[in-house]
Amino acid sequence: MAITKAPPDEKGSREDEAREPRRLTSSLALTLLLLLMVLLQGPLRRALSAPVMQSWTTVFVAVVVQALPFLVLGVLLSAAIAVYVPPSFFARALPRRPALAVPVAGAAGAVLPGCECASVPVAGALVRRGVTPAAALAFLLSAPAINPIVLTATAVAFPRDPEMVLARFVASLLVACAMGWLWHRLGRTDWLRPPTHAPHEGQSKGAAFWDSVRHDVMHAGGFLVVGAMAAATLKAVAPESWLRAAADNPVVAVLALAVLAVVLSICSEADAFVAASLTQFSLTARLAFLVVGPMVDLKLFAMQAGTFGRAFALRFAPATFVLAVAGAVLTGAVLL
Amino acid sequence: MNRQAQAAVLFLLGASLLHAGTTDLYLRYVKAGLQPLLLASGAVLIATALATAWYEWRRSRTLHEPEQQHQQQERHQHQHQHREPRVSWLLVLPLLALILVAPPALGSYSATRTGTALQEPVAYPALPSTGTLRLGVADYAGRAVYDHGRGLTGRRIAVTGFVALDHDGTPYLVRMALNCCAADAQPVKVGLAGRIPPVLQPDTWLEVTGTYTPRVTRDPVNDGPIPWIEVTEAKPVPAPRDPYDETWNT
Repeated sequence: MAITKAPPDEKGSREDEAREPRRLTSSLALTLLLLLMVLLQGPLRRALSAPVMQSWTTVFVAVVVQALPFLVLGVLLSAAIAVYVPPSFFARALPRRPALAVPVAGAAGAVLPGCECASVPVAGALVRRGVTPAAALAFLLSAPAINPIVLTATAVAFPRDPEMVLARFVASLLVACAMGWLWHRLGRTDWLRPPTHAPHEGQSKGAAFWDSVRHDVMHAGGFLVVGAMAAATLKAVAPESWLRAAADNPVVAVLALAVLAVVLSICSEADAFVAASLTQFSLTARLAFLVVGPMVDLKLFAMQAGTFGRAFALRFAPATFVLAVAGAVLTGAVLL
Repeated sequence: MNRQAQAAVLFLLGASLLHAGTTDLYLRYVKAGLQPLLLASGAVLIATALATAWYEWRRSRTLHEPEQQHQQQERHQHQHQHREPRVSWLLVLPLLALILVAPPALGSYSATRTGTALQEPVAYPALPSTGTLRLGVADYAGRAVYDHGRGLTGRRIAVTGFVALDHDGTPYLVRMALNCCAADAQPVKVGLAGRIPPVLQPDTWLEVTGTYTPRVTRDPVNDGPIPWIEVTEAKPVPAPRDPYDETWNT
């Protein structure tokens, strides 16, 4: 219902700008939608009372409620960095030679907490401020996977396998640097549509900060809901025997979980808990899930295409997927 | 979605998180330890909503001067090129689900579709030597399967969980164990034998009193071990405050 309401919204808000207050604005649409739902709550509850739907709704709400605090935390920090740390700082902090800047930027991802939704705009800003794209891309890939919040969540999710945290850190950093170097060698700047949007110019710092928080929560939150719906559908509908069949073959298991990570699009701050629950899979397969998820997934692909252009995303995402699976298997073979 | 609508969604989302966090509602979905984070993020969302509304109000006041209005419109055009994410409308869904529907904790449907998640306990704490033994489902199951019922034989044992019926009607007493949120909840099952009530309604919570039996069967879903209990008495009880077993969280 929300999707079908969306088109009148945009039309409405544009007309709102044209100062035609009689038209349907998105505020009005929202009010009507909420009112309608309150009126229809009886039939709605009845429709959701079948066991499948009930369990779907529970898992859906659970994923959203569980991930929201982590999302908010990441968004707050990313807004603070985006607003209060001058962009020139990043350009100065990185080595001039791209081959060296890649690992430095990749490692710098460790101190910038946030989920992948937050790292895409930051990487876009870095490119715009003259950071070499190879370094910015290494940062884009590493930041959501190796920051303290994500690693802590991983440690909490795998209390019996602490080596999982190290493996995730090593594999993610490795793949991020490899992608940075690969871009440095093969990448062409005309694939990259430099982002033109400068969101925080001409605003006070407070306004810019809250604007960034609002935008990121609305944006990333929307994609979080998509991920939660996919996860709930899988959990409530797909029989466990499918996953069990995939888990029996070590090669298929790694590929299955890598694809699952792409499809589920779970925020990197929450994906460790999902991985932990896939107990029938080997640790290496689950590592692949944790390495691929923050680097390539459906919502991330959409965001990359929006920020850097489709020509870029179409080349970047498949290459990252292959390298991420390879990196996870290699690291898994050594560490797990 | 325009700014006012976004502020409204953010406010309602924050309020519903605060509501879930201050009541026991959140325990249906996430682990108990997440409560402070839930409350904090609810507060931040409300603050974001208020800040958005405040800046929007200030901006609309500056709109009166024609030149600025022109600039404002230009900026708006700019933002529309950037596109306010249409996907944000989906945030209304969890809001509605949480406020209007408030789905129950996972029950027998998930329990029968998922294999028992019984793990071998790290240690077996000493049991009280007299009186009825009150054990959790996972505790009883762990002792019965991996400790071969040592210390359980001949004792009156009370276990609380909800009822789940297998495809062929086998009755189980189940408790869902949870690591973080309901998405990773997995059942631990104990088979019910002996004097079980003639009519068993799935999802009703029972306190079962009975004795240990060495019988162990395999879960048809994942081949996991399911111990049994010889029931002497079963009485309906209200669902516990936290429907999930979180003992594996530590």
